Amino acid sequence: MEKIPFAQLDEELYYEKMDNGLSVYILPKKGFNKTYATFTTKYGSIDNHFKPLNEDESIQVPDGIAHFLEHKLFEKADGDVFQQFSKQGASANAFTSFTRTAYLFSSTSDVEKNLETLIDFVQDPYFTEKTVEKEKGIIGQEINMYDDNPDWRLYFGLIENMFKSHPVKIDIAGTIPSIAEITDKLLYKCYETFYHPSNMLLFVVGPVDVEQIMNQIRDNQSKKDYKDQPEIERSFPDEPVEVAEKRKVLNMNVQTSKCLLGIKAIDTEQTGNDMLKNELAVNVLLDMLFGKSTKTYEELYNAGLIDQTFSYDYTQEFGFGFAMIGGDTDNPDQLEEKLRGYLLAAKNGGSISEDALSRTKKKKIGAFLRALNSPEYIANQFTRYSFNEMNLFDVLPVLEQISIEDIKNTASRLIDESRMTVCQVVPK
Amino acid sequence: MAIINEVIKQKPGYKLHIVNTGKYKTNTFVWKMKAPLQKETVTKRSLFPYVLQSNTKNYPSTTVLRSYLDDLYGASLFVDLSKKGEYHIITFTLEIANEKFLTDPAPLLEKGMGLLAEVLFDPNASEDSFDASTVNNEKRTLKQRIQSSRDDKMRYSANRLVEEMCKNEPYALDPNGELEEIDAITPESLYQYYQQALLEDELDFYVIGDVQEGEVETAADKLFKLQDRTPQISSETAKKEINEVNEVIERQDIKQGKLNIGYRTNIVYGDSKYYALQMFNGIFGGFSHSKLFINVREKASLAYYASARIESHKGLLMVMSGIENKNYDQAVTIIKEQMEAMKKGDFTEDEISQTKAVIRNQMLETIDIARGLVEILYHGVVSGVPVQMDEWLEKTDAITHSEIVEAAQEIELDTIYFLTGMEGQ
Repeated sequence: MEKIPFAQLDEELYYEKMDNGLSVYILPKKGFNKTYATFTTKYGSIDNHFKPLNEDESIQVPDGIAHFLEHKLFEKADGDVFQQFSKQGASANAFTSFTRTAYLFSSTSDVEKNLETLIDFVQDPYFTEKTVEKEKGIIGQEINMYDDNPDWRLYFGLIENMFKSHPVKIDIAGTIPSIAEITDKLLYKCYETFYHPSNMLLFVVGPVDVEQIMNQIRDNQSKKDYKDQPEIERSFPDEPVEVAEKRKVLNMNVQTSKCLLGIKAIDTEQTGNDMLKNELAVNVLLDMLFGKSTKTYEELYNAGLIDQTFSYDYTQEFGFGFAMIGGDTDNPDQLEEKLRGYLLAAKNGGSISEDALSRTKKKKIGAFLRALNSPEYIANQFTRYSFNEMNLFDVLPVLEQISIEDIKNTASRLIDESRMTVCQVVPK
Repeated sequence: MAIINEVIKQKPGYKLHIVNTGKYKTNTFVWKMKAPLQKETVTKRSLFPYVLQSNTKNYPSTTVLRSYLDDLYGASLFVDLSKKGEYHIITFTLEIANEKFLTDPAPLLEKGMGLLAEVLFDPNASEDSFDASTVNNEKRTLKQRIQSSRDDKMRYSANRLVEEMCKNEPYALDPNGELEEIDAITPESLYQYYQQALLEDELDFYVIGDVQEGEVETAADKLFKLQDRTPQISSETAKKEINEVNEVIERQDIKQGKLNIGYRTNIVYGDSKYYALQMFNGIFGGFSHSKLFINVREKASLAYYASARIESHKGLLMVMSGIENKNYDQAVTIIKEQMEAMKKGDFTEDEISQTKAVIRNQMLETIDIARGLVEILYHGVVSGVPVQMDEWLEKTDAITHSEIVEAAQEIELDTIYFLTGMEGQ
């Protein structure tokens, strides 16, 4: 077991790689009641084209299958794992993103039992034709729920605009016709390929005894018979640099219009420190351009083009990335035009000053400290960083190093007319 | 040792609550203003907090105020409006880094408190009026906020249920205000109401973090100059007689039907049956082991979500579920059956102990978050019965099967609301 101290943050992280390849991290948190644990596989909605374990040919699987598998893993021959967790006073959950599927619990007692339940249920699949069929009704309602949600439609509409072929454009839950094709056999195929311990990470954060927890995990894993598995072969289609569609307007049952402008990122083959630096630089840039302390924000607000829903965000994973800016607005066309103008000006250095940079850095430092109050943030973000070969606890030192030149370079590389697209939701 | 170490000091015009804990990397300040929920004031109350957080006398634009917050290591400042029972609660929250984790040792505690005091008491205003352009901007965004909350259909249908169920009761009012009332508000009338609220509202100030009691008290005494007041009590609403269940079907262009069912629990926080009611809700619909989740979702595959929650101060229990439009009758039947089963005592000792464990866990987790902790403690202010967390946990743990059945007998079905698609029209 390795101990990694972060003195300035008053935190200590413990790490061990199990013999079967599973990465385990423990972060003790004194004073907290709650222990939070996530067990995550590097497998998400984009991994829909791959070579199944022990097969020679790559296959294409139905849209939404990673998310479907997440739902079905909770059901066992003797019932539902939720029941087990709640008997042990824990609350359990799971989520599927573009690149990850995470299973988690939080509890303030019986931590060892709950941890055992978490590891064992994820490592013991039970899929049958009957239980798979039953789930289709439930997930169908989940899909319908999102279909009625204008913010979700706006978000996914913009991603669809950006990508011509990359599977990030596929809705994580799939569609009602696509999930109809899912079978128990296909679920096993995905499971065997992506749920090997060497493709997974276990993170425990809370008021725990580190030695004891690490021993428990070691014992648990040594009892299971995992064979070494070759590297997973995933395929992704070629994706053009420019966006697939420049503009889309969705007519929905709403009273307020919405407008989001997206920029499709380049440099998405980065990993490790390059990726961390780029990701932080883009986030700092967006803050400097559109944060609440900017003149831009005040102008847009006073002109009646935005309200408190206005926000911006940057997502980068291996192979794809995008920035998004926008919110509710009375005048989506005018907001679109203004945002475009600000961005193109920033490409040539507009709004980028030393003053704004140092203020934004301070803001980001405070936001990071605030985030460290949250065990959920620590476990989930640490896992995401680790899957991209970055370290969450490097955020502060890398942030400190970002210079005004870095920001100018980032602006000039990221912002490009041909990679911009807009999605609007307007009343029917 | 008590689970929460809350020190309460009565100050002129407000109560100061200090919870000293070393577990956070930030300090959190929460300022609460409470007054009866009333049609005449609800819109002004939902507007002036946004005017206050836009700018102040010394930071007279959003840009300068927000720049200062950024300089304070990204201190976060936001307002929130809610209702608890027949009270309208305004909440200002400011969260700021604890300087001991920064390389720059500038003291932030007093600066944070100072800024919150400035936002509350030194607005960008003349003698008798808020700055007009700030008020106009916030009137516009308030309209937008109310409208867009109607675009979120889960929220819309939950609000519509309450509106139907509590017709002619203050609780039907939306804490975000009334669209029709906004235009008539002027910078002068709003300023007048703001001053009145500072004189009359019941005020509570919470400080959570790694702080020194004395230091906080000295700073508060310097910054907050208020006068004593007698908090206004919301007029008692008579117990509603339900002669007939109200069934409301509304049609809109949507894919998924939203089913919301409201019950009167006739039990509020502070009543002896409250803990049994909480247990009732846990077994019935609060969690993923509850009867609603198991029967509506897992067994019948009708829904992705099917749950229930209680409103602790008004005495309501509300069920919500998203279903296929055509499955309305089946879903309502299943939910009614589960309620009947509860009333008949058709639940096991296992379900009871499972629910106790989960409630205990939920409470302890909530107080790990500074704002969650404040929300729990604030129940005591609203009800007038101070919250003792240890007692809450012990009493919940001691609840028996027959006490839950007794609480169940108090629960009455009031309204079934269904937002459904346009098919068949």
